[in-house]
Parts: sequence; C-alpha cells; structure tokens
Amino acid sequence: MTSVQDPSLTVPTPPKGDRGGNVSIARNLGLVIALVILCVVAVASAGDRFASTDNVLTILRYSAVVGVVSIGMTFVITGGGIDLSVGAIVALASVWATTTGTQAMADNIGWIAMVFSAVLVGTACGAINGLLIAYGKIVPFIATLAMLASARGLAELIADRKTQIIRNQGFTDFFGAEPLGIPVIVIIFAVVVVAGWFLLNRTTFGRRTFAVGGNPEAARLAGIKVQRHTVYLYALLGMTCGIAAVMLMSRTTTGSSTHGTGLELDVIAAVVIGGTLLSGGRGTVIGTLFGVLILTTLSNVFTLNNLSTSTQAVAKGVIIVVAVLLQQRIANRKT
Amino acid sequence: MSTTHPRRRRAYAVAGAFAAATLVLGACTNSSGSDDDDTSAAVAKSNTDNDKSGDKVVIGFSAPAADHGWMGAITKAAVAQAGEYDDVELKVAEGTNDVNLQISQVETFINDKVDAIVLLPFDGAAMTSVARKAMDAGIVVVNVDREFDSPFAARTTVLGDNYGMGVSAGTYVCEDAAGATDKIVTEIAGIDSLPLTQDRSQGFEDALTSCGLEVSNRVAAEFTVESGEEAAGNLLQAAPKIDYLWNHDDDQGVGVLAAINNANRDEFTMIGGAGSADVMELIKSGDSVLKATVVYPSTQAADGVKLARLLVQDKALSDLAEIEVPRQLKLAAPVVTAENVDTYLPSAFRS
Repeated sequence: MTSVQDPSLTVPTPPKGDRGGNVSIARNLGLVIALVILCVVAVASAGDRFASTDNVLTILRYSAVVGVVSIGMTFVITGGGIDLSVGAIVALASVWATTTGTQAMADNIGWIAMVFSAVLVGTACGAINGLLIAYGKIVPFIATLAMLASARGLAELIADRKTQIIRNQGFTDFFGAEPLGIPVIVIIFAVVVVAGWFLLNRTTFGRRTFAVGGNPEAARLAGIKVQRHTVYLYALLGMTCGIAAVMLMSRTTTGSSTHGTGLELDVIAAVVIGGTLLSGGRGTVIGTLFGVLILTTLSNVFTLNNLSTSTQAVAKGVIIVVAVLLQQRIANRKT
Repeated sequence: MSTTHPRRRRAYAVAGAFAAATLVLGACTNSSGSDDDDTSAAVAKSNTDNDKSGDKVVIGFSAPAADHGWMGAITKAAVAQAGEYDDVELKVAEGTNDVNLQISQVETFINDKVDAIVLLPFDGAAMTSVARKAMDAGIVVVNVDREFDSPFAARTTVLGDNYGMGVSAGTYVCEDAAGATDKIVTEIAGIDSLPLTQDRSQGFEDALTSCGLEVSNRVAAEFTVESGEEAAGNLLQAAPKIDYLWNHDDDQGVGVLAAINNANRDEFTMIGGAGSADVMELIKSGDSVLKATVVYPSTQAADGVKLARLLVQDKALSDLAEIEVPRQLKLAAPVVTAENVDTYLPSAFRS
C-alpha cells in the first residue's frame, strides 16, 4: 500500500505555455527574431528582389508542401512518436492519384477523385504506421523506416518507374488559380495551419495528444485510449501527406515515385526548430510554422545569392543544432 | 575533478590536435587541380562574328545535383562557357534532385526577370509547367537533355541522341557477334523513370533484334557509383555466364566495374555509355572487359548557354543558311573504341 504518490503516475497537464502563457511567447519571440534577422540579411544581400510580392509568394508556394506535412508531424512528435516515411507516403499518394485508372475516374466524376485518392492513400499509410506502432508495439523509428522503404517501392511498382502526367485540365486549373493574387495551395496551407492550431490547442484531441506524449502510462490510467489515439495521430500525419501530394501534383502536373525525396529531413527540422520537443509532451503549431518559414526563407536567400545547395545543407544542419541547444537552455531556465 | 595524469592529458591533447589538423587539411585541399583541364577543350573556340560582344544577357542556369561526374561536368562546362563571354552574366542555382526546390529556383529566376533560362530539369515532365510560365513571361527557355513534354515550354532544346546511343551499342554487339544468335546480352540502365533511359533501351533492343539477338537480363541503377555497384552485383548473380554487357553510363560504371572485379568475372565484353575519361583510358589500355563506349556529350549545357545568348541577342546560328536558331539540336553519339580513343580522350569528363 503506497501512501506516497508515485511521481511517474502524475497526469501531466499541458504546460501553461502552450495555452498562450509566457513560455510560449518567449519561445516564439526567439523564432520571430530569427526570422527577422534572416529577412534583414536577405534584404541587405538581395535588396528588393527579396522584398517583392512575387518573391514572398515564391517562398510561400515552396513552403506549402513542406508546411502542411510539418503541421501533421507536430502532432505525431508531440504525441511522443516520429515518422520517417513522410516523403515516401507523398510519393505513393501522388502515384496512386495519377494512374490511368484514377485519371479515367476523374474524367467521369471530376478531378475531386484524384484529390480523394491521394488523401485516402496518405491516411491509410499513416494508419498502418499507427497500427504497427500502437498495437504491434514496434518502435516508431523502425516501423516508419519500414514504411519508408515499402511505400516508395510500391510507388515505383505502380508507376512502373515512369512519371505519370496529369491530363485533367480541371485539376490543373483549380490548383493553379490565384484568387486575389494568392495561390490556391497557399490558401490550403493557411487553412491547415489554422485547423491544426485549433485542433492541438482548443480540443480534447489536442489535450489527449499532450498527455499521451508527456506520460503515456499516466494517460492510460487516466482513461485515455492511448493506442487508439496513437493510430489517429499517425493517420492525421498521413492525411497531411496526402494533401501535400495533391499540392506537389499541381505544382509539377505529374505524379512520380521520386516526389518527396528528402522531405522527412526538412519536415522534422522545421518542427524541431519550431520548439516542439522530440521527447514528446510539448508542441506548438505556430512554432512549426515559423520553423518552416525560416528554412524556406533560408533556401530562398541562398538561391538569390547564387550560393550552392551544398553550403545550404551544411547551414541547415548548424541551424538545427543551434535551435535545439537554445531550446534546451530556455526550457531549463523556465522550469 | 579529473584524475587523468597530467602527462596523459597532454598526450590526448596532442593526439586530438593532430587528428583535427589532418581532418582540416583533408577537407580543404581537394584534387581540383586536374579537373580544370577537362573543361578547356569543351569551351569551343569560335571564329565567327557571333562571339563579338553584344547586349548584356542575364542567363539563369539550373541543373540537378552533381551526384555523378557527368552532371558535374555539365555545370562546369556551362559556367566556363559563360565565362568566355563578357556580355553574359550567369546566375547558377546549383543542383538539387528535389523537384519542389528546383521549381522554386526557376520561379526566382522569373521574378528576377532574367533574359534567358537554361534548364536541365531533374524530371522534364514535372518542370514543364514552370518552364511554360517562364516562356509566357517573355523569358527565353533553353531545355537541356531531359525533355519537357510540351513544345510551348522551351524555345530550343539541346539533346543527346539517346535512341542513337542504344542503336550504336546494339550495332557494336551485332558486329562483334558476327551472326551468332545464342549470345547472352545483358543491360545495366540508368534512372528508369526518365524517358531518355527508355529511349536508350529501345534503341539497343531494336538494333539487337535486327541481327537476331535480344536482351536476356536487364537491371536499372541511378547513374551513381553506389547504385551501379549494387545493380551489377545483382546482375552477375542472376546471369552466371554473360557474353555482352551494355552499361548506359560510365559514372555508374565505376561501381559496375568494381562489382565485376569483386566477382572475378571477365568472360564478357562490356560497352560503356556517356564516355568518361576513366573508361576511355581503360579501353586504351586494353586489359579490361571494357572494349567500347558511346559518347553522350557533357557539353550540352554549354551549348545551351551559347544558344540562349544568340537567341536573346537576336543572332543567327553561324554556318546555317536559316536565320532563326533551330528548335532542336540533337548531338551525335559516336562510338569510341581502341582505334579512335585518342580523338575523344582530351574532351572526356572525369567521373
């Protein structure tokens, strides 16, 4: 009989910071400052080539694909997991949605069939990841590593390693449109960010995510169905991969097994830079948004200055390490 | 509190400093000395009026990641060519295999309102829509090597002769087989999703069919050394006896040869592709399974830069009666054997 409360069984409440308290503002302020410094450097080196609306839209269009998946990844990492297979899922979703069969269906019932196909495939792959991790008790790293290999392999098989061109004019027209000068994919990105923020910070689903990530055993004892929730988280990430696949399909007018190469690196980097802890239990959608913007603005600055992508890759690595070190210092100071 | 003996600590410090110095020296001194010679032959000496200075031309250049020697040579030759002209400013958005990023690089060129874009897309079909946007914005687009799938996406296309490469390799096999129809012919292709690989394979197959042969085993690699080694290893296991092996690309060929040497196989004749200097030297020496290679010019982007400049400055291609720059330039694919290797060796690229 225990009279002393076992500290490991205390159900963690989401840190006050993530409900809009001081910690969150301080952390996000750091990110805002980093982004501002980056913009200052950009303007100093490239002048009004950087500060023009066209360039901002270029950055946003590029960010949309990475950003949407990063929002999904925020949920998974906050819930204590990780997913290495996002790039492969995007490729598989894009291939599945552009096969002759799907495109024929789209000719009959509209291009929405291709969108459904991509999102469904993405969600299904995510759900498989979740099932393997939650019920199969396979470590997330390994389960998603397996999905990484098999999803891309399956994409190559289905596409017969060929690039599948989208023939449906309705699809290209819709996603290529720019109502009020803002590209449709950027609008979708904005909607996903807002929905993601709301889901994480204002719903029970979000609260359960923090609980599951912070202390899964305590969460289970508190009555949360941890395994089912884990499946939901990975399925959600899969869904965002499907959305990203649709965006990539519209940008390239093709589906291909080579889409999304290296996407997982950028996505995880963006989430980590944004302040979400890899150990789980703490997460921020706004932080992820800043993380994505910092990475894509960096890429843009490099392009504007004719610098090689190799130097950029080294810079990315350094930024990730610096961001995590700063986070740890801030986190230690506030507790 | 450290309990390491002070002398041991000093020994560690010295060892650590020595290791660090070795690493730094290793990273900072690279073997770029010999590479610079290769591009000089590729930069053509022209003696027409076209090379005289004209209006300033800003050209945006983008190519995939230089993960193999041929691709690296493409960029180097293009940069060297632009350097020959004092009226050309070349903006280089250096290589990536990420389609999303390459698209945003081209969009940046469009925002910059460059005069021309010379583009070797990672995937022609995927970059077609952004190339079209550039053309619609009044920018001259020159497509290099991997073709777009719309004629409106580029003003001029510079291509190698992929189908011709396959035919040349197949014809060499036919001539060497001299009528025998029971030879085992195998093929190691490059990136299978690219139409150019499919063209090469088709040319090879068609040439073989005409003399009664066919490809019994075919594997695909990805133009990189590592993928070549892996694919060749699998092929050698699958085919215990081979008579002819055509490897599409000499960069992945470095890996292919490594696998062949590891497996100690030498009962076949190997033909290469693309024409790297290393392979040509092996052909010259005569003591390798490599007996021939088919050249796939790595000067295509340099030609693209020259053509882009002519187009922007409204000049004609010299030596032609026609006043407009052609829509398509398909470069020849000569076969290099021990007899003519000395002609092609000076302009070959290093892997």
